Amino acid sequence: MKNILIIPLLATTLCTLSGCGKSVPSTEAKHPISLLNVSYDPTREFYVEVNAAFQSLWKSKTNQSLEIKQSHGGSGKQARSVIDGLQADVVTLALAGDIDSLAKEAKLVPADWQAKLPNNSAPYTSTIVFVVRKGNPKAIKDWADLTHDGIQVITPNPKTSGGARWNYLAAWAWANKEFGGDETKVLDYMTRLFKNVPVLDTGARAATTTFAQRGIGDIFLSWENEAYLIEKEFPGKTEIIYPSISILAEPPVAVVEKNTAKHGTSEVAKAYLEFLYTDEAQELAGKHFYRARNPKIAAKYHDKLPEIPLVTIDNEFGGWAKAQKTHFDDGGTFDKVYGTH
Amino acid sequence: MASRPVTTESAPVRLLLIGGAVAFLALFLLLPLTAVFAEAFRKGWEVFLAALHEDAALSAIKLTLIAAGVSVPLNTLFGVAAAWLVTKFRFRGRSLLISLIDLPFAVSPVIAGLVWVLLFGARGWFPPTAMADAFAPAAHLAASLAEYRGLGWLFTDLAAWLADPKIIFALPGIVIATVFITFPFVARELIPLMETQGSDQEEAAVTLGARGWHIFFRVTLPNIKWGLLYGVLLCNARAMGEFGAVSVVSGHIRGETNTLPLHVEVLYNEYQFSAAFACATLLAFLALVTLGMKSAVECFTGHQSTGHK
Repeated sequence: MKNILIIPLLATTLCTLSGCGKSVPSTEAKHPISLLNVSYDPTREFYVEVNAAFQSLWKSKTNQSLEIKQSHGGSGKQARSVIDGLQADVVTLALAGDIDSLAKEAKLVPADWQAKLPNNSAPYTSTIVFVVRKGNPKAIKDWADLTHDGIQVITPNPKTSGGARWNYLAAWAWANKEFGGDETKVLDYMTRLFKNVPVLDTGARAATTTFAQRGIGDIFLSWENEAYLIEKEFPGKTEIIYPSISILAEPPVAVVEKNTAKHGTSEVAKAYLEFLYTDEAQELAGKHFYRARNPKIAAKYHDKLPEIPLVTIDNEFGGWAKAQKTHFDDGGTFDKVYGTH
Repeated sequence: MASRPVTTESAPVRLLLIGGAVAFLALFLLLPLTAVFAEAFRKGWEVFLAALHEDAALSAIKLTLIAAGVSVPLNTLFGVAAAWLVTKFRFRGRSLLISLIDLPFAVSPVIAGLVWVLLFGARGWFPPTAMADAFAPAAHLAASLAEYRGLGWLFTDLAAWLADPKIIFALPGIVIATVFITFPFVARELIPLMETQGSDQEEAAVTLGARGWHIFFRVTLPNIKWGLLYGVLLCNARAMGEFGAVSVVSGHIRGETNTLPLHVEVLYNEYQFSAAFACATLLAFLALVTLGMKSAVECFTGHQSTGHK
């Protein structure tokens, strides 16, 4: 009696299995698929539009419906979640160091991930600007003004926030140029700068809320796109000041190959990230105050996003791995600067 | 002598004390509640309703209801069983068990979330890959059962889950974290109540020839029903409102793993203040309904909160 039951059961099991194995590639064009894009805080509005555009493109090209899900949070925290098993198909984070940790800690992306796409795998860039109160009552024009008495500077904590690390390095780059590479003087400037920081929030959005919503501080070191978002959300309250020099921030993207292999989404994930380099997506980047890589499209947004001298992480700091070690790891310059007060 | 006032303080002192208490209440309880509703309706009804109709909000509401829908019945069963055990019987390790029941109250919600990441994360004790291997036979069985007509609805999803057993950053993790956090509510409410009632009535029932379930349904349950309802209400309020532990295991996938409290935070961070507060009013409304039902329960029974911490 038992055997009678088991045999058809086994047969069906085998059928299902072999059937499954064969049917995946052939029916892929019909089955709807989904992608999970794990990103950092201020990209949400941008990717909502990118996703809609890419979905219709993919549908017209392959006749397959595609659902793209988004998850946003602090860049470092998001990387941590992906390492712990969040099933991201692609990551679009604030800095290369966070994607490096996916490669190093869990081998989720290949070690040479940054060479897989053009421009260091960063399809758009941004920079760090000053946001001040309307009318610039404290007359803040450049990095030198940030250390004056009675100025309160808002920046998040470089230990936890990707944006804050860009802030820190931008200030460092200015000081380094100003003092001709004299590290004692640079450290002294940084120390005086951080004496003027009343609170260190953990993430860029939290710091924005501190400055814009709670009204604390005179100047906020901010992502350029975030600065324009503040102008939109709190009209007439703030002004954007471009310092004499800042840093070229390259928020990178990568396919989480280990996950896409499992989900059968390698092809669509790659196409999705390549789509970011197309004119359509570059326009959207400009619209959301990111700096487009495509020079023609970038030129269209120059009156909003002016060209200022920007140092790069590779030339000025020898790449992220080195910058991280010198400045932000335990015992780095940030500990010296912040520990002294 | 009989008409002497119970307090001897002079009128200004009394006024000051009462005024202080009322002001404190207004400042710390009424003001925040008013602020939530005022902010929610700041941009009018349309924005308010649109915020609740959005796909991400609807999915957050659904997820919150599922999490509460699983954890409240589970913890009700558990709470009654545990309270029955520790109050009607004396055994070795009893006080240790009572302390263990309190554990979810004692640990920080962040830890209550992180333990599940440590257990079921990709690099945890029971990573999904290892579980997929262990569940493989069960997955095959479920897949073949799903082939039979009429069983597909039950086994298709089960087979898919067994083949790729996601716990954290998915619905099971959120449910598990909620169950853990709301574990003690019913038990904590019933234990002191059943302790004071003692087991005399049950013993009497036994001598009259009643047995296990009969005793429970005819003697114990009628005695504890209001306390039980009260515990269930508190458990439900916490299950729907839990933030910290759920935040750790959620992964914050919009429209998929954001519960209502997490959705409120996301909206706030996106400068959608009115939408954030609109969703917050749902939670506040739930709190008010819970309080209303709690008062009703107390009204029926004269039941005072029984030594709840």
